[in-house]
Amino acid sequence: MKAIVSVKRAVDYNVRIQVKPDGSGVVTEGVKHSMNPFDEIAMEEAVRLKEKGKITEIIAVTIGGAKNEETLRTALAFGATRAIHVKDDGGIEPLTAARALAAIFKKEGAQLLIAGKQAIDDDANQTGQMVAGLLDIAQATFAGKVDIEGNKATVVREVDAGLETLEVDLPAVITADLRLNEPRYLKLPDIMKAKRIAIEATTLAELGVTAAPPVKTLKTTPPPSRSKGVMVKTVDELVAALKAKGLA
Amino acid sequence: MSDSQPNQPIERDVMEYDVVIVGGGPSGLAAAIRLKQKAAEAGKEISVCLVEKGSEVGAHILSGAVFEPRSLNELFPNWKELGAPLKTAVLRDELHMLTSETAGIKLPNLFVPKTMHNEGNYVISLGNLCRWLEEQAVAAGVEIYPGFAAQETIVEDGVVKGIQVGDMGIDRDGSHKPDFAPGIELRAKYTLFAEGCRGHLGKRLLKQFKLDEDVDPQHYGIGIKEVWDAPAGKHRPGLVVHGAGWPLDVLGTGNTGGWFLYHADNNQILVGLIVDLSYSNPYLSPFDEFQRLKHHPVLKQYLEGGKRLSYGARAIAKGGFNSLPKMVFPGGALIGCDLGTMNFSKIKGSHTAMKSGMIAADAYADALLGGNAGGDALQAFPEVFKQSWLYDELYRSRNFGPAIHKFGALFGGAFNWIDQNIFGGKIPVTLHDTTPDYATLKLAKDSTQIAYPKPDGKLSFDKASSVFMSSTNHEEHQPVHLKLTDPSIPIAKNLPLYAEPAQRYCPVGVYEVLGEGANARFQINAQNCVHCKTCDIKDPSQNITWVAPEGSGGPNYAGM
Amino acid sequence: MSKILVIAEHADGKLNAGVAKVLAAATQIGGEVDIAVFAVDGAAVAAQAAKLAGVAKVLTINNAVNDHPLAATLAPQIAELAGKGYTHVLFPGTTFGKDVAPRTAAKLGVPQISDVMAVHSATSFDRPVYAGNAIVTVEAPAGTLVATVRLASFNAVAETGSAAVEAATVAGAAPAHTRFVKLEAQKSARPDLQSAAKVVSGGRALGSSENFKVIFDFADKIGAGVGASRAAVDSGYVPNDMQVGQTGKIIAPSLYFAIGISGAIQHLAGIKDAKVIVAINKDADAPIFEVADIGLVGDLFTVVPELQSKM
Repeated sequence: MKAIVSVKRAVDYNVRIQVKPDGSGVVTEGVKHSMNPFDEIAMEEAVRLKEKGKITEIIAVTIGGAKNEETLRTALAFGATRAIHVKDDGGIEPLTAARALAAIFKKEGAQLLIAGKQAIDDDANQTGQMVAGLLDIAQATFAGKVDIEGNKATVVREVDAGLETLEVDLPAVITADLRLNEPRYLKLPDIMKAKRIAIEATTLAELGVTAAPPVKTLKTTPPPSRSKGVMVKTVDELVAALKAKGLA
Repeated sequence: MSDSQPNQPIERDVMEYDVVIVGGGPSGLAAAIRLKQKAAEAGKEISVCLVEKGSEVGAHILSGAVFEPRSLNELFPNWKELGAPLKTAVLRDELHMLTSETAGIKLPNLFVPKTMHNEGNYVISLGNLCRWLEEQAVAAGVEIYPGFAAQETIVEDGVVKGIQVGDMGIDRDGSHKPDFAPGIELRAKYTLFAEGCRGHLGKRLLKQFKLDEDVDPQHYGIGIKEVWDAPAGKHRPGLVVHGAGWPLDVLGTGNTGGWFLYHADNNQILVGLIVDLSYSNPYLSPFDEFQRLKHHPVLKQYLEGGKRLSYGARAIAKGGFNSLPKMVFPGGALIGCDLGTMNFSKIKGSHTAMKSGMIAADAYADALLGGNAGGDALQAFPEVFKQSWLYDELYRSRNFGPAIHKFGALFGGAFNWIDQNIFGGKIPVTLHDTTPDYATLKLAKDSTQIAYPKPDGKLSFDKASSVFMSSTNHEEHQPVHLKLTDPSIPIAKNLPLYAEPAQRYCPVGVYEVLGEGANARFQINAQNCVHCKTCDIKDPSQNITWVAPEGSGGPNYAGM
Repeated sequence: MSKILVIAEHADGKLNAGVAKVLAAATQIGGEVDIAVFAVDGAAVAAQAAKLAGVAKVLTINNAVNDHPLAATLAPQIAELAGKGYTHVLFPGTTFGKDVAPRTAAKLGVPQISDVMAVHSATSFDRPVYAGNAIVTVEAPAGTLVATVRLASFNAVAETGSAAVEAATVAGAAPAHTRFVKLEAQKSARPDLQSAAKVVSGGRALGSSENFKVIFDFADKIGAGVGASRAAVDSGYVPNDMQVGQTGKIIAPSLYFAIGISGAIQHLAGIKDAKVIVAINKDADAPIFEVADIGLVGDLFTVVPELQSKM
């Protein structure tokens, strides 16, 4: 059984985000990028499923410019068996990414797409669900636990009301939440081996995919800073102030 | 909780290369590239592997920096076409002697030592230059692995055989976590150590192979730097301003240093202070000196109304020629600031670090291409070095640091002007400074406490906010990487004698003394560490040993 | 003119409180606003939705397949309904909305705007990116506009309306591939730090592990989650998973108590989305007071127990 894992290159979670003074975006030049942490979790889950013999092949897919190859190398070091690079230098809408992933999913005859629930750059949280919608297959988002038996996946989802359990027939899309697993350390020998694996390149056109109409970003601004509120002198005043805000 | 215990022998994978390089800074990358160039010229293969403890190449690089392109010209004559990030040519130099918190003298150009002229140089981010060098190195076939720290040297029968990469997944108490991943051995015919100033393996090699026995002790400074987004109308791309004096000593020799303020591209101003770690007052706090320095009118005029973008700190090895140890040992060599090639008279170490890496690469490539099996102390490296412009440059600058240490900023500066401008660095005396920096502190009881002003949150900031600006992170669950040889010393000895200076010399608040009197205890906030190595250098008891934490840990500098 | 469809999230016959906030966003966009209730029998939920100010009508889509809010079931129905002249389809920015909205957008072949936090026009919005470290103003392309609304950014509309309730019919089929098994509320005496509406955090000033009891007791009294500053974690008072800040958890409770926390920027980065910050600290100069909505200078060991007794 083939599983596809979508992986995205994003500004590393340790990097402090700086908005460019001219409002044209955030500073991404000269800052560390790495695999989106939720995609790492998705990758780890796929590798664990493969180690358990539930799936036989993991195909890592990324979409974007030349530098995204690094992210595929990381996926290969994790244990992906193949890597596909959809080369595109434009800004990729989640819907476009979903169309490309859906096309690859069909072409490969995959049974499972495991994706991070969202990327930590655009925080869209859309692509996995869109792939499921385009393919009319089952989806289980915000996964905190995944069990696969034969043709069925039982997924515990971390929803606002608690933990929801769904049973889905494959093919299906699962999106990984934070607590699904803790990704392993990449081992240096695995990183070395990953350098020698050939990456398969394709394009949106080759996949027969048209780009979605873009949501235009007009400007980027830093979040408003908080300002100083009131100082109270006694606990009674504090309780009164909280009551005034409907909080006590 | 633990699958296996560390005292059981761990099976390690082994990878073999012709050359292993420790550290992805200017010297390591230049050496790697030059090795590949030499191999290509000869039509042969030299396998080169470079490990870098930072999360990526550039993450741990911090420098001013005004960059002299001499070595880069030699390495890549076509660097402009290749897109090297040298974007801002130096427009003008200024040198100021600050005499008080409001006053200062701008020295006429005539009185500026020749080494401090920067025509033909560039204001750059050394981190970005290293990122670019990494791309060139990878294109040339160098294998580069960031996020992996060299933890140990492999020494067999007195020969360095390579390094062992740090283990990942060790818990705070030393037990192995479920995802424990043993570090592999990278073995090589030759290993080049390019860890930068006070490399933790370099420090051991100096001792183990008695490399620095016959030279003056190494001298250090701590450089603290911030990147600012310039306020509107204040940005003068290419303006280079240096200064000395206030808030450090002007006439005295106890507490010296110098500052810089460079106008880079992208509306950025790079500002920093280097405090000589030979300072004597245990109450001195380099961090707070830097914070108050920015309020001086000469600096404030360029910063007020601007925005601080990032913060970092790094020790520099500035002993220069007189402190230069033996360069080679069986199986390898030290290069760059790990060796001590900085030219302090120019306040520059990048071109010299690169050159030392390139000279080493030439020597080692020739040996390997000639069929040498490695493992020897290759004398060709120091021999070629002695014939190079690098040797000449360092020789001419040998008196600069000692003069400041001996005569202070003003009179030492005057000596340097005479030495550099009249004698071209060949004044017929050599000044020596033989007191190591850890031994210069006076006792607390004989020292004046310094009342630093409270940061205003606009020009000056507290330490906690500053650490945040360095994007520093370490995996929480790992052993503390700042090792105390005797855990009782900070409270039992350093506190009464020197008011435990670690609290102040550490620029990111790693060390704290909590509680008072009998309840006093020493806390190490290892997570804050920016890998500057100042503690390893300055602790008066030489009780702190910096070792590499889990790979990827430390600052994540951008554009530093 | 805009015609907006708001998708009602509900459970056990109760309308989710977030829907009233989505209404606020819809009202700002302007135009006619309808609410759709997909349920087996949506009468009770529709009655609640009808009371929300600014609603033109409430549509109930009663169908046995809608017994659990599954994206695969709902998305085709919503897409079909949206096709009946709606310009906008809005979802609450909850796990429900985030699950269903993109699948609906894919069905409609349009992009989605996630986490709308401010409305500039019918097609232009602000939304957070990079975990709220930057805000982008975006312009949606032509076509049906699907969006989720960031609930923390809007205040609920009043319950002053009396909209008509109408039944609507769309084709609905239970997909064979997805089965609901169960929903378990998370059982924990103390709310989860990351999702709690109220959070009490302690800092270095607590002085010891034992003293942290003051924080736990107060939190339990008001039903709050418990966090800590990095300094408190570094000092070993509490485990690292309680750390709030840039290197710990980033949280957005409606009420946050910072007790004995100086307010290093590292910590502030983790609480900048908190609605109301209360700071209690001995040091009147502590930076936390610069960002606190309510500040009280005092000894936490006397202030907190007193506060506990009075709240």
